[in-house]
Amino acid sequence: MRNLFRFIIRYHFFLLFLLLETVALLLTVNHQQYQQTFFIHSANAVSGRMLGVYNAVNSYFELQRINEELLIENTMLRNQHRDNFLVTDRQILFAGDSIFNRGYTYQHARVINNSVNRRNNYLTINKGSVHGIRPDMGVITNQGVVGIVKDVSAQFSSVMSLLHSDVMISVRIKKNNHIGSLRWEGNDYRRAHMTYIPSHVELAVGDTIVTSGFSTVFPENIFIGTIQSWQIRRGEVFYTAELDLALDFNKLAHVYVVNHLFKEEQDDLESGQEAP
Amino acid sequence: MQKNVFKYSLLFLLLLVLQIVLLNNIRISGYAYPQIYILFILILPVGIAPWLLLVSAFALGLVMDMFSNSLAIHTAASVFMAFCRPGVIKMVAGKVFSDDTYRPGFQSFGGYSLFTYVVFLVLLHHLTLFFLEVFRFTEVLHTLSRALLSASLSVIFIMIGLALLDRPDTRSK
Repeated sequence: MRNLFRFIIRYHFFLLFLLLETVALLLTVNHQQYQQTFFIHSANAVSGRMLGVYNAVNSYFELQRINEELLIENTMLRNQHRDNFLVTDRQILFAGDSIFNRGYTYQHARVINNSVNRRNNYLTINKGSVHGIRPDMGVITNQGVVGIVKDVSAQFSSVMSLLHSDVMISVRIKKNNHIGSLRWEGNDYRRAHMTYIPSHVELAVGDTIVTSGFSTVFPENIFIGTIQSWQIRRGEVFYTAELDLALDFNKLAHVYVVNHLFKEEQDDLESGQEAP
Repeated sequence: MQKNVFKYSLLFLLLLVLQIVLLNNIRISGYAYPQIYILFILILPVGIAPWLLLVSAFALGLVMDMFSNSLAIHTAASVFMAFCRPGVIKMVAGKVFSDDTYRPGFQSFGGYSLFTYVVFLVLLHHLTLFFLEVFRFTEVLHTLSRALLSASLSVIFIMIGLALLDRPDTRSK
């Protein structure tokens, strides 16, 4: 026993290093698994609140631009309003009209922390579980897809940005409905890659890419970006296309959180099919 | 002693605020991500108790991680850097210091040794940080270039910080 103590005292620097490093690595590795609640994230009460104060000051400098964006979006929504359409026959339903068949609800939130310069980027938004935010909800803006909610506290949520190595979303080429998946490969935050496009598909520069709506996270037809170039990578049989993202992640201020009303139903059905 | 604890706590907070409010928002082409908070580990007295060195590095990294949504990668990198610090000091300074208030700076180390000391530890920290962040080896060149670019920026910031903190009235020798 004495020898053990002497050993511990003698090598306490190395042993303490091993202990602390193991703790840090365990926290890192455990958390790599998608979605596991823990106190180290910017959605926790202390850091969330402090980032909120910092952002409250900072947001004044953005007001001009945000107002303009909101005006544009308001105009677009006003154009879609039901009053604009002449209803001549009561039996006609408009396909996809949200009044008759509501699939999604949206809720607005402010971005209080954001980054674009890491390999795995996160945002923090000022809405949490008391506002009905739950993990796995999608986050969008009027300009494109932002990310997926990861951790939720009472007042705040942290969101895995599209600029994250674990985020892969299902997308579609608008003109011919071919699907593929979108992933950010880490170089430029204005560019992402769409993979698994079959090589017989004809592509053109400027082709529009939108969300496919296959996952339960994002609604269909959200604009993501346009194709700039494409190639067949060595050892692959699919095209990989490089996209210009429409959304500038560096200027995010306001976002919408998407609530898919039939999410559980669809997830249950799909997971049930996989089970034996 | 009391005064020193207060001084270092103040520096701890100041560096974290600087890092979180200012440097976390610097975006140079989405590549570079300079770190100044590790200046705290660099400037601790040479004779500091080894366990205190590790524990303060751990605390420093943990606060960084809480504010930047980065799992515990800053913690892991900081603890690793603190662990390597005594060895690097021995290597660049070539002797063991006994006075525990003796702290690394231009006067105590000399410009060249100080620079080597900073470069070594910053590189160790950044390589750990960036590889843990990516967590795979498929993008190794890209990660390496990000780490090196960020490290060179960090070294510049840290050397400026050390120059500002290196007042003649600090007790040395």
